[in-house]
Amino acid sequence: MERNFEPRILAFLCRWCGYQGADMAGTSRLKYPSSIVSIRVPCSGRIKMEHVLDALTRFEGVLIAGCHVPNDCHYVHGNFKCLNRVTLLKEILAQMGVNPVRLRLEWISATEGRKFARVVGEFTQELRKLGTLNSACTHENNSISLLQVKQSE
Amino acid sequence: MEPSLVSDKEKIGVFACHCGRNIAATIDTERVVEEVLKHPAVVHAEHYEYMCSDPGQELIETAIREKRLTGVIVAACSPSLHEVTFRETVKRADLNIYKCEIANIREQDSWVHENKEKATEKAVKLTKSAIEKIIRNEALSPIKVGLHKKALVIGGGVAGIRAALDIADAGFPVVLIEKTATVGGHMAQLAETFPTLDCASCILTPLMSAVAHHPNIELHTLSEIENVEGYVGNFHVRIKKHPRYVEPDKCNLCNECENVCPVAVPSEFDEGLSLRKAVFIPFPQAVPSSYLIDANACLGMSPLICGKCAEPEVCGPQAVNFDDQEKIIEDDFGAIVVATGYELYNPTNLGEYGADVYPDVITSLQFERLLSPSGPTGGIPRRPSDEKIPKRIAFIHCAGSRDERHQPYCSHICCTYSAKHALLFKELVPDAEIHSFYIDIRAVGKNYEDFIRRVQEETGIHYTRGKVSRIYEQDGKVKVLGVDTLLDERIELEVDMVVLALPMVPFQGVKDLAGKMRIQIDGNNFLQELHPKLHPVESATSGIFLAGAAQSPKDIQDTVSQAGACASKALGILTQEKISHIPTVANVDEENCSSCRFCISVCPYRAIKTIDDKAHVEEVLCEGCGICVSACPSGVIDLRNHTDKQVGFMIKALAGEI
Repeated sequence: MERNFEPRILAFLCRWCGYQGADMAGTSRLKYPSSIVSIRVPCSGRIKMEHVLDALTRFEGVLIAGCHVPNDCHYVHGNFKCLNRVTLLKEILAQMGVNPVRLRLEWISATEGRKFARVVGEFTQELRKLGTLNSACTHENNSISLLQVKQSE
Repeated sequence: MEPSLVSDKEKIGVFACHCGRNIAATIDTERVVEEVLKHPAVVHAEHYEYMCSDPGQELIETAIREKRLTGVIVAACSPSLHEVTFRETVKRADLNIYKCEIANIREQDSWVHENKEKATEKAVKLTKSAIEKIIRNEALSPIKVGLHKKALVIGGGVAGIRAALDIADAGFPVVLIEKTATVGGHMAQLAETFPTLDCASCILTPLMSAVAHHPNIELHTLSEIENVEGYVGNFHVRIKKHPRYVEPDKCNLCNECENVCPVAVPSEFDEGLSLRKAVFIPFPQAVPSSYLIDANACLGMSPLICGKCAEPEVCGPQAVNFDDQEKIIEDDFGAIVVATGYELYNPTNLGEYGADVYPDVITSLQFERLLSPSGPTGGIPRRPSDEKIPKRIAFIHCAGSRDERHQPYCSHICCTYSAKHALLFKELVPDAEIHSFYIDIRAVGKNYEDFIRRVQEETGIHYTRGKVSRIYEQDGKVKVLGVDTLLDERIELEVDMVVLALPMVPFQGVKDLAGKMRIQIDGNNFLQELHPKLHPVESATSGIFLAGAAQSPKDIQDTVSQAGACASKALGILTQEKISHIPTVANVDEENCSSCRFCISVCPYRAIKTIDDKAHVEEVLCEGCGICVSACPSGVIDLRNHTDKQVGFMIKALAGEI
């Protein structure tokens, strides 16, 4: 893959922790790749599997950032619901021939701007190695299968 | 590209902020304006130096009025900063506050990127995704419901007393319920309180008396929660009140009944170090100021076997009533304070310390009673086995605290109260030799460190850093075995008495109560606050607040502060005319609900119930987390203004497809 390939990342950020952590990265003027865009969600437990699969048809990677387990979730246990869902999703992605690395779940608190910036940097590096979803070396047609999954929903 | 409009009636205005150079240095706001104007719903777009300034807000208001905008996007700093500001702006121009969205192009764009081209491109995407969201936003108003202007306080310890008095003093009726026969809690048992050595009774009993006489406080002792239903502002509570068998209004505390009662059992107030009768008053200053009969200890009530206390020559005022019945009290409350307190960890769990075998190995609360002037030994500390005054005494800190086998947490107050014990003991027994075994000295609180130092200077206490492995008695002496971890030496010490600083644990039945009240409990069974820093006294259930040691081990200072905070939070509800609740809640397409009840099982707030076998959201209870939305296998639950459709279009916009 080209060195200047910029993998696009969609981030789902919970409004209480992940989003605040991303804001903190900004307040601290930390730099990270601009190829990440975000959607603010009330809770990581709000994120549907369909949203992640949908996003993976359009982006090279999906980042979910929620409140730290076990007790930081603003809505008691939404972070655990998210963790379960991500674990399952990674299985599904693997079965579809999509590298599960493309979905990344991180617990990022409102103060962890540094962590947010580091995670985005690391994730970008990893995705750069993987390339675009279409050109992933093992399964060429995996993005099609993702689309099929989406259509069949 | 598919058409993204829900209706051609939407007229959106976009306002891009320079934030001085904060945004403008990295983002070409002019180009953002040009790009978003290509969106079919956008009828107005402009950029300005400081959107949040008065002239900036004026621009927005004017545009809303002149262009009859149906929605406003402000591309500026994070919504955490100025979402409220701009919502107020649009409100002034008669636009619904939910028709204003923020595109965060500062914290998550201009401040974190350097390439102007790319940052601008990202700003366009972020703004377009906000446009896709707002054209699908509903205009919403806060949900309003009436409320009962009355508070319930559960637990009559110092936390409950303080909270009840604060709310009552503000002019609102309070029902205070207490499980035992008197208010006062553990604090009433204490001798003196650290670090100032105020006599506990002297500072507590006036408060207890104030509770008894306050016109706004209705006190129910021997009472517990049977059931709690409803939600903030409208809790419907069933309280079970156990019979007292003595009518408090008639009892004149003559103590004749106590004199004739043939049954003696260990006194709870004296932690088993003295005996009380089956008809008794927990302690002389108890509130309500009345005797009661312990039905379990009394020889027999039905059929009445003894009845000596009820004879007219014994109880002149005829206060004894063997026919007293359990009562159920039902009432409605706007807010609830839970202050159910703690108990000590059962020392029999620490087999190696032999508290259940050796009478002279006692708990810290027992020692507190021995030090108290009103205690079983009249304020002269005598050891339980032979009533001799002990000379050498050992305090074992962390007896079960910070120990994976027992309680993993620090009990917070033991270091300081053990030092207090040493000081009070030394005052009473000047030739005493005091040993203290600790892991770390944690005296965290205002003036506590000074207090520890004072104790060290005044008592000559021998602090040994180390863990005691075994305690046993031999020839009337208590042997303490352990290790000094600083000197790396074995310890073998002979003392007259050992005091165990046992962990504070939540009162028994906490799980049951938490379940009834929808309060979360943490890994150590303490009641869980909503957020450790931002919401330290709120439970996850709106309108229920937590005070005192039920939430975590804490000292009297913190307990009283927390109780005051709870009262203030409760008053924040009771002073409202209507309860206002966020309208961005879940809603169910009930027709297509498959009745699987997944949503009910995942909802942290029990906000969903079934009506005619279909899921139904009780909107006042819903906090809008959306966990049910993503759990619904039929896809019939959605979150207002954060619908699946909106997320779908936002993803497309962010991918640059719209």
